[in-house]
Amino acid sequence: MGANDTATLASVIGQAVLRKEDARFLTGAGQYTDDVSMPRQTYAYFLRSPHAHANIASIDVVKAKQSPGVVDVFTGADLQGVNGLPCGWLITGTDGKPMNEPPHPVLAQGKVRYVGDAVALVIAESLAHAKDAAEQIVVEYDVLPAVVQSPDALQNGAPQIHEQAPGNKCYTWALGDKAAVDAAFAKASHVTKIDIVNNRLVPNAIEPRAALANYDRASDEYTLYVANQNPHVERLLMTAFVLGLPEHKVRVIAPDVGGGFGSKIYLYPEETAMMFATRRVHRPIKWAAERSEAFLSDAHGRDHVTHAELALDANGKFLALRVHTTANMGAYLSTFASCIPTILYATLLAGQYATPAIYCEVTAAFTNTAPVDAYRGAGRPEATYVVERIVHQAAVEMGIPQDEIRRRNFIREFPYQTPVALNYDTGNYDQTLDAAMQMADVAGFPARKAEAQKRGKLRGLGYAAYIEACGLAPSNVAGSLGARAGLFEAGQVRVHPTGSVTVFTGSHSHGQGHETTFAQIVAGRLGVPLENVTVVHGDTGRIPFGMGTYGSRSLAVGGSAIVKAIDKIVAKGKKIAAHLLEAAESDIEFRDGKFTVAGTDRSKTFAEIALTAYVPHNYPLGTVEPGLDETAFYDPTNFTYPAGTHICEVEVDADTGVVEVVAFTACDDFGNIVNPMIVEGQVHGGVAQGLGQALREQCVYDRESGQLLTGSLMDYALPRADDVPSFQVGTKVTPCTHNPLGAKGCGEAGAIGAPAAMMNAVMDALAPVGVAHLDMPASPYRVWSAIRQAHAHA
Amino acid sequence: MAVSLAMTVNGKPVDAEVDPRTLLVDFLRNHLGLTGTHVGCDTAQCGACTVHVDGSAVKACNVLAVQAQGTNVLTIEGLIAEDGTMHPMQAAFRDCHGLQCGFCTPGMVMSAIDLVNRHPGADEATIRAELEGNLCRCTGYHNIVKAVRQAAAVMGK
Repeated sequence: MGANDTATLASVIGQAVLRKEDARFLTGAGQYTDDVSMPRQTYAYFLRSPHAHANIASIDVVKAKQSPGVVDVFTGADLQGVNGLPCGWLITGTDGKPMNEPPHPVLAQGKVRYVGDAVALVIAESLAHAKDAAEQIVVEYDVLPAVVQSPDALQNGAPQIHEQAPGNKCYTWALGDKAAVDAAFAKASHVTKIDIVNNRLVPNAIEPRAALANYDRASDEYTLYVANQNPHVERLLMTAFVLGLPEHKVRVIAPDVGGGFGSKIYLYPEETAMMFATRRVHRPIKWAAERSEAFLSDAHGRDHVTHAELALDANGKFLALRVHTTANMGAYLSTFASCIPTILYATLLAGQYATPAIYCEVTAAFTNTAPVDAYRGAGRPEATYVVERIVHQAAVEMGIPQDEIRRRNFIREFPYQTPVALNYDTGNYDQTLDAAMQMADVAGFPARKAEAQKRGKLRGLGYAAYIEACGLAPSNVAGSLGARAGLFEAGQVRVHPTGSVTVFTGSHSHGQGHETTFAQIVAGRLGVPLENVTVVHGDTGRIPFGMGTYGSRSLAVGGSAIVKAIDKIVAKGKKIAAHLLEAAESDIEFRDGKFTVAGTDRSKTFAEIALTAYVPHNYPLGTVEPGLDETAFYDPTNFTYPAGTHICEVEVDADTGVVEVVAFTACDDFGNIVNPMIVEGQVHGGVAQGLGQALREQCVYDRESGQLLTGSLMDYALPRADDVPSFQVGTKVTPCTHNPLGAKGCGEAGAIGAPAAMMNAVMDALAPVGVAHLDMPASPYRVWSAIRQAHAHA
Repeated sequence: MAVSLAMTVNGKPVDAEVDPRTLLVDFLRNHLGLTGTHVGCDTAQCGACTVHVDGSAVKACNVLAVQAQGTNVLTIEGLIAEDGTMHPMQAAFRDCHGLQCGFCTPGMVMSAIDLVNRHPGADEATIRAELEGNLCRCTGYHNIVKAVRQAAAVMGK
C-alpha cells in the first residue's frame, strides 16, 4: 500500500502523492523513442563535418550507395527546395533593423559552419551498414579559418561565417533608459565593476535525441516519434516552414522522453531530413544520437561574456545597473536562440531589487560552434549570475553584510514595475531570505569557518537571491517583443460515461511528473479518485494543441488550461444536475464530487451526472448537448515570478584547489504547490545542474581549429553523485495573483540560483587569500591557479 | 558472418545468431526486445545500460554479446516478481521519488542493488562514491541516495 491509498479526495491537491508514471519507468516498461520500432524500419546515420569552417568542394556518394545494406544516401543537393530551419523569435536591433537571420540548411549547402554540421544522411538496413557506408562518402573540403568565441567573432578581420551576417553580427539590442542610468552613475558614491563569463554548457539529458519517421502511402500520412518537449510546435515548424507538408497529415509523438532541459524544444536538422527521406525510401527510418553526436549537435547553453557596473549610494542602496553582454549564437540560429540573451535575460536584471534605472546592451554573434539556445533557466541564470555576483562584490567592497545589502534593496510593494519591462505581481523576498538563513544556520557559520581553518580548509558562504519570469507567456506581449508563435496552452478533460477521466494536455512531461500533478488537480477539483484519472501528453494525434514544456510553464499555463476545462465540465454538470434534481441551475452547488441543491440533501454524484450525459434519456436535450468532454485554451495575462534565496557553503583546499560543496540550502516561493514531493525533486535536480555549471561543467572549443575538445562524458564533467551534497529545501508561498492555480513554476529555480550562490561562496572562501576574481567552473586547476596568482601578487 | 550465442536472460534460456560485433546492450534491446536497458552514452560513463551478469553489475554497452556467452544475465525487466511485486530497490525509488524522467533509472537500480549486495550497511558517502558510475541529470542524486538507504534497510532484513 502506497501513500496514494490514504490520500483523501479533498486533500489530494497539495499532497506528496507518489507518481503514477513510476511503475513503468521502474520496471523497464517505459517507451522512449529508441524503444519504438516499426516493421521494415531502416537506420539513419549522419555524416558530420570534421571541420569547424569549410567550403564543400564536392561530395561523392557513389561508392556509399553501393555499400552493402544501403537503402539510400541524401546530401544537401537532394534537399533543394526544402527551406532552412526557422528561428521563432525576431529581435529588432538598436538600429531599428531586424536581426540578421542567415539560412539554416537541413543538410549542409556548399559550406559547413561547425564541427558536427550534418553533411549527409545515410539510410541502411542496420546502423552498422549505415556507418560502414558513411565511411565510403568522399567529401572534399576547402578548410577556412574558424572562430569560436563571440568576442573574437566580432573583431575586425574575423572569419566571415555567413554572407547574410556581416561582421558575424546577429544583432545589437538594448533595453532600459540609458540616460537615466548615466545620470545615476554620475551621482553615485560607489561603483562596483565586474567582468564575468557565463560558461558554455552542454545540456546532456541522459536520453540522447532520437527519432523514428514513417510515411504511410495508404493514408498519405506521416508519423514522427521524436524525443521532444513540444510536439505541436515541432510539427508546426516542420510542416509550415520547412518541408511544406500538410499539417493535418503529420502526427508527431513525443513518447516517454528522457529529460530535456531545453535541448529537446527545438526543431533539429536530423528529424527534418528523416521526414523528407522517409517518403523517398518508403520505409520507416530510425535514428538515435550517440553521446558524442549529442555533444556535437545538440543546442548548447549560456556562453555569455559580460561587463557590468552597479552604482550605489553611500548607504548601499542601488542607484543603477549597467550591463553589456556578448552572446554566442553558434553557427546558426536555433529555434529560440535569439530571445534567450535578450527577452529572457535583460528583463530579469532588476532581480529582487528596487534598482531605479537599468540599461543593458546585448550583441549576439555567430561563431563556428554548435547552435546555442535555451538550457534550463535560459537567460535567467545568466541574469541572476550578473546581479548576484555584482551585489556580492559591492557588499564586499562597501563592507556591508551580504544579507544586509540585499535587504536594503528588496522590492516590498507589489505589483512592482521594473525598469526592464516586467511587472512583478507578488512576492516576499524577506521571507525567503530569512527562512534560508535559518535553514542554513548562517548564525553558526563563523564557528564552522574557524573549525575548517584548523583543518587547513578555507570555508565560504554565498547567497543568491534570485527571481525568474516563468509561465511563458502572454501571447500579445510576446508577440510585441518579436515572438513568432502564441504561448498559450491547451487542455482537454474527457469524462467517460463511467465517471473516469482522461486529461489531454499540450504540456509535455519528460521527468516533471505531470501525469501525477495534473491528475491531482483533476481528481481534487472533480472529486474523483486519483486512480480514475489518466493524463495523456506528447501526441499531436490525440491532443487538441499545445505549446509544450519549457520555461517552468507547465503547471502555471498548462495546468490553468486544464482548470478552465474542468470549470466547463462543472458548469455543464450543473445544468444536467439542475434538470435531474428539478432545481434552478443557480441553486446547484458542486463540492467533493457531488452536485447538490443548496441547502438540501438532494444531490447527484459526479458519476451519475457523467452517465446521464452519455445516456441522455432524462436530459435537457433542448438546451444541453449530450457528452461531457471539454477543451480550453489558456493564455496567461502576465509572466509568473518565482523567487527565493539560495545559500551555499563550500570548503576549499588551498593546496589542491578542490572545492567541496558542503551544504546547499534553497528556500523558494513557487506560489501554490500541488505536489511538494515533485517540487522538491525539481529543486534538487536544478540545484545539481547549477552546481554542475559552477563546479565542473564547461564546453570548450579549440580557439584555433574550432574542434570540440569536450566531446564526451570523459571530457565534459557532469556532476556525479559524489560531487554534490544532500540539499536542504524549503518553500514559502505568495500565490500568483493572475492564474487560477496561484502557481508560479519550479523547474528552473535550482539552476538559476545555484551558480551564483556557489561562486559567491567560493569568492567568500578565497577572500582571505586575496583572490579577487574567478570564472565558472571553479575547477581545481582554476582555483589553484587563482590562489597561486594571488600569492604572487601579494 | 554470424556467431551462435546462448545465455540465460531473466531466468530464461535464450539463443541467437548474431553479428560478432553486437554489443550486449544491443542484443538485449534489439534481439530480445528488452528495451528497459538504455543507452545513454558511448564511453561507459553514464551507466544507463547497467545489467547484472552472473550477479555483478556490468555496463552492457561495454561488453560484446559474445562475452556474455553462457552467463546469467539479469535486466530491469527481470527484477519484478511474477506476482507483480517490485524488488525493494524499485519500491524504494518509487517511495523516495528517486526518479524523474526514468531514463537512467533501470541502470541506477541495477547498480544500486549490486552496491547494497556488496556494502549492506553503506553510509551516504559510500553510496555516493559507489554510484559515481551512474549519471542522473534530473534528481541531483538527493532522492536516489535516500532510496538506496531505504532499500538497503529492507534488503538487509
